[in-house]
Amino acid sequence: MTSAAPAFPLPAGPITQVRGRALVLRGDDIDTDRIIPARFLKCVTFEGLGQQVFADDRIELQGAHPFDRPDHQGARLLLVNRNFGCGSSREHAPQALMRWGIRAVVGESFAEIFYGNCLALGIPCLTASHELLLAIQAAAADPAAELELDVATARLRSSQPEASWELDLPAGPRQMLSTGQWDGTGQLVGNGEALAATAARLPYMTNFAG
Amino acid sequence: MSAGTLYDKVWDLHRVAELPGGSTQLFIGLHLIHEVTTPQAFAGLRDLGLTVLHPERTVATVDHIVPTTNQARPFADPLAEAMLETLERNCADHGITLHGLGSGRQGIVHVIAPELGLTQPGMTVACGDSHTSTHGAFGAIAFGIGTSQVRDVLASQSLAMTKLKVRRIWVDGQLQRGVYAKDLVLHVIRSLGVKAGVGYAYEFAGPAIDALSMEERMTLCNMAIEGGARCGYVNPDATTFAYLEGRPYAPAGPAWERAVAWWQSLASGAAAMFDDQVDFDATTIAPTITWGITPGQGIGVDEAVPSLEQTEPDERPIAEEAYRYMDLAPGTPIAGLAVDVCFIGSCTNGRLSDLQAAAAVAKGRQVAAGITAFVVPGSEQVAAAAEAEGLDVIFREAGFQWREPGCSMCLAMNPDRLEGRQISASSSNRNFKGRQGSATGRTLLMSPAMVAAAAVTGHVADVRLLLNP
Repeated sequence: MTSAAPAFPLPAGPITQVRGRALVLRGDDIDTDRIIPARFLKCVTFEGLGQQVFADDRIELQGAHPFDRPDHQGARLLLVNRNFGCGSSREHAPQALMRWGIRAVVGESFAEIFYGNCLALGIPCLTASHELLLAIQAAAADPAAELELDVATARLRSSQPEASWELDLPAGPRQMLSTGQWDGTGQLVGNGEALAATAARLPYMTNFAG
Repeated sequence: MSAGTLYDKVWDLHRVAELPGGSTQLFIGLHLIHEVTTPQAFAGLRDLGLTVLHPERTVATVDHIVPTTNQARPFADPLAEAMLETLERNCADHGITLHGLGSGRQGIVHVIAPELGLTQPGMTVACGDSHTSTHGAFGAIAFGIGTSQVRDVLASQSLAMTKLKVRRIWVDGQLQRGVYAKDLVLHVIRSLGVKAGVGYAYEFAGPAIDALSMEERMTLCNMAIEGGARCGYVNPDATTFAYLEGRPYAPAGPAWERAVAWWQSLASGAAAMFDDQVDFDATTIAPTITWGITPGQGIGVDEAVPSLEQTEPDERPIAEEAYRYMDLAPGTPIAGLAVDVCFIGSCTNGRLSDLQAAAAVAKGRQVAAGITAFVVPGSEQVAAAAEAEGLDVIFREAGFQWREPGCSMCLAMNPDRLEGRQISASSSNRNFKGRQGSATGRTLLMSPAMVAAAAVTGHVADVRLLLNP
């Protein structure tokens, strides 16, 4: 557990394509305590979390965990099932995945807080039906398979075997990611007048002073 | 589509702008922060050259990492100490009020904000903690956020959000003696599953909800997130107002009447439309316990671990994983299962009425041989109130340890944790694998009274049989 530097540049600017091998992690209801156990939350920066991703599950499987398999090293896409990222709101979970190298997640469904945390980091989360996901997982099982996700069209392609799937990515996140507006702090701060007008119509802002 | 619900009204009042990506900029009325999910948010703020827009709308405390046996500074754990020091520095730098250790107001963030009167009906409440749904008990729209969003709230007092659908959870009848809000919410989650609430806010309503105290409503809304619902709420009523009146941050004098009128205007009206509704009957609910590794794997105390045949096909893989992890065979009656550790506390069940219910069971009895049992009050105020009525003495005489306030073994970020494969009877909210600090530790979720019953018998026991007639 040495270097804290990410192995690959962190997301920045417009997120248009994610290309690379895919890692298949099967199972429903994989919670954020499993993605990053609470003891690793004792930190004041997110650096170094990449090495702790799924720490306890990996110890239990003694090298056989999908994140430890040699042919998965360098994978950029993560394929999951239902309700991925449920439980704790800890952003440490997507941070750990991101710093391990994951740049996009495809699953049947996502817990909302996790989904929003990923979006805020520039990590697209796309959904697909169970059947479609099985087909993608089967294709990705080939260690030579290289996948390419096009964010603007939400289309995932595989070169070997040759295949293509249409995934689901709502218009909002799709636009935010592909135009580079996923990191929207500036936009929120920029609406100063509208913020002041909203505050002015909320009576609790003055503790109901007449 | 929902219309005229409290959720719709509060959403509309807090709408700042529609954002280009299709989301809505939502004003946040109350921002609660703690030491775990904020250091990187303040760092991000500094990186962007931004300041805190409304420091008076952000309130801090320390809860996750504090020891419960010795809270003297510096903490024995240097990482925990560094986190608290970082929070103290950030609050001082930005003019944010911190209710720190020994202030008389420190405690679990979801316990102190209500007891200080910070949480009020009609507010939007955000906090970097998924159990922020707790504050919905007051008719607030309250939800957990990640650290990037904490930074956004600090900078702009607002968030980019997408509107949720609204499901009404209607509960008829009344909870029976020995059955608590914890049992009700575990029953709801068991019935609907842990994914059913994704994309929804849960409105809890009906005669059984009307009859709940504020602390019981907090327990209920606290676990909405365990059913997948990012927020859960109860419409404000006379119970809400009676709880709030006179609290430090609650409006007073002529402002009080204005506040009550405004709060009443926000409740879901008779003509409110919901996206859907699910009905329950409180009268039939038994003390409920989880046997597995998700909060949805719950059963009544008089039931057995369900077989695969009794489990929905979709849920069978995780049931099989749970049999293995918990080392429980299908068909095993849950009553009688031996436990090692009994934990009473957490943002779900660490309030005064929770401790009273547990003490009523512990009084005059003894913790069974070989059991470690401890009580962690949810806040300094809860601890003081409990001590004023002698609950600490009842617990100590029964063989429980009486600890200092904090999150403690709910998530084991402090020294309180399971060892090896120990099984805990826990009044907390999550039974995930490894949740209580041991990668192989096992958690049975239940009400505080049921935890006390497990402590004095040494195994899972029906608390109804231990209550005095």
